[in-house]
Amino acid sequence: MAVAAQVLRSEWTKIKSVRSTVWTLGLALVVTVGLGALISALAKKDFDRLDPQGKIEFDPTFVSFAGMGLGQLALIVFGVLVVSNEYSTGMIRTSLAAVPQRGTFLFSKITIATLLAFTVGMITSFAAFFTGQAMLGIHRASLGDPGVLRAVIGGGLYMTLITVFSMGVATMLRSPMLSLGILMPFFFLISAILGNVSATKKVGRYLPDQAGQKVMRVVTVGDDAPYGPWGGFAIMALWVVAALIGGYAVLTRRDA
Amino acid sequence: MIELEGLTKHYGDVRAVDHLTFTVRPGIITGFLGPNGAGKSTTMRMMLDLDHPTSGTVRIDGRHYRELHDPLRTVGALLDAKAMHGGRSAYHHLLCLAQSNGIPAGRVREALDTVGLSSVARKRTKGFSLGMGQRLGIAGALLGDPQILMFDEPVNGLDPEGIHWIRNLMKGLAAQGRTVFVSSHLMSEMALTADHLVVIGQGRLLADTSMADFIAENSRSFVRMRSPDHERLREVLRGAGIDFAPGAEGALEVAGEDAAHLGELAARHQLVLHELSPQSASLEEAFMRLTAGSVEYHAHENHRPAAAAPAPAADGQWGAGWRKKGS
Repeated sequence: MAVAAQVLRSEWTKIKSVRSTVWTLGLALVVTVGLGALISALAKKDFDRLDPQGKIEFDPTFVSFAGMGLGQLALIVFGVLVVSNEYSTGMIRTSLAAVPQRGTFLFSKITIATLLAFTVGMITSFAAFFTGQAMLGIHRASLGDPGVLRAVIGGGLYMTLITVFSMGVATMLRSPMLSLGILMPFFFLISAILGNVSATKKVGRYLPDQAGQKVMRVVTVGDDAPYGPWGGFAIMALWVVAALIGGYAVLTRRDA
Repeated sequence: MIELEGLTKHYGDVRAVDHLTFTVRPGIITGFLGPNGAGKSTTMRMMLDLDHPTSGTVRIDGRHYRELHDPLRTVGALLDAKAMHGGRSAYHHLLCLAQSNGIPAGRVREALDTVGLSSVARKRTKGFSLGMGQRLGIAGALLGDPQILMFDEPVNGLDPEGIHWIRNLMKGLAAQGRTVFVSSHLMSEMALTADHLVVIGQGRLLADTSMADFIAENSRSFVRMRSPDHERLREVLRGAGIDFAPGAEGALEVAGEDAAHLGELAARHQLVLHELSPQSASLEEAFMRLTAGSVEYHAHENHRPAAAAPAPAADGQWGAGWRKKGS
């Protein structure tokens, strides 16, 4: 355990001594909260024009998280850079010479980055909720409403898991460009397309982001997903576990 | 003490490292010499458990690298001057290494001081020159005050002052009783620093000998003789029972005789000489001959452990291949 404590301290020094950490995490917060506030304000203006069905399905909590689709990209960049910068700079050889226990190395790195993403994710989620609700005015939800607190905490957890998933993928692929080139379009475009085309919707809702976002919804009228909020979150967690197992397998088998 | 036994690394069909067996001993500088692409860096990466050997083992003080507790306190290595994150300051680069091995943070300042980087400790390393990068890498190697030090091509890209500094640093470390293992592709550099020599070519062990022995065996001196009456010169030498070998441009090369004796011999036979010059082959040439798999290579076979001796039939083939590449 002594070794793990040393490596955790070392990884904390690593993560806080590069500028990309502040940039990516700061951007995730600003984009998610800012865009969420903007879309909430627009939603308030448009509310009266919604048809009755639309009014029933209106989910003020989820509307305030509308910026997360873009904000999560900054977290993906954060997760990818934390891992793949080791490879792109050659630091990995120095790091593994210092810590030849590759599992300890990888999971210490991921633990530190996850704690940081969790903290920023929670702050972001609550900030996005409160600013979004302030913008929604009379249509707002409150933390005391059924399911709302769960959705807001779920938003923070969702952002955390997106980061961990990115770290797992980056450990498998090593190259920052390749990792970002796959993850960014996947989460920004492909997943959304698969989820909105009726033919692929059944498959699309098992993708990590779509399953994971279920936990952030309060109003589920008209949603026929075969899993509940925590069920969806568990599906996302399975994706994350798979990515971490893959990353661990690659790191321990391949030459550094 | 580092012990390699039958260390082998294949990349597909290519044998980058082929059954290397040798020991690196404490208290001296062991030079690890080979042309570019001979497998030096691959071997050093396998010593640090960065690359997995196809077969064979490396033991460091009797243990596998992975079994070392806080490895930086046992082995310090400079593999690559660029093996660091350019966005991190020199201080933080060393601090995260120190923390991972439970080395007190005070050592970071000491190591920076030793390599002369204290004034740029807070600067990000992406602005560092190659020489500064090498110095920071060396600071990282010295951080844990290890008994074993490994340097991969430490003088590459350094200015004369930096080269001089590294040489003295390595000599000082060896004098303190530490194990110093340093790779190079320059024989001249090794001749100035190393006490012991391990030479590899195409992943195979070619020589494992003390520097003094290597010099004695390889600084081959001979006398070059040239005469317009080529045939008679040959007859005269043969008549005197002196061995010779054909040299360049019709010259003859005579080993084991001094020039004065040969000159007097020619005079006694009233033979005109156009050249009578003592020559000595440089160590660089000796190294070239060795890695090209020529006669000297076989002479060294006796000094090596039996397990490392390759089949003689294959030697000519790969030696020729190496020469063709011209590296």
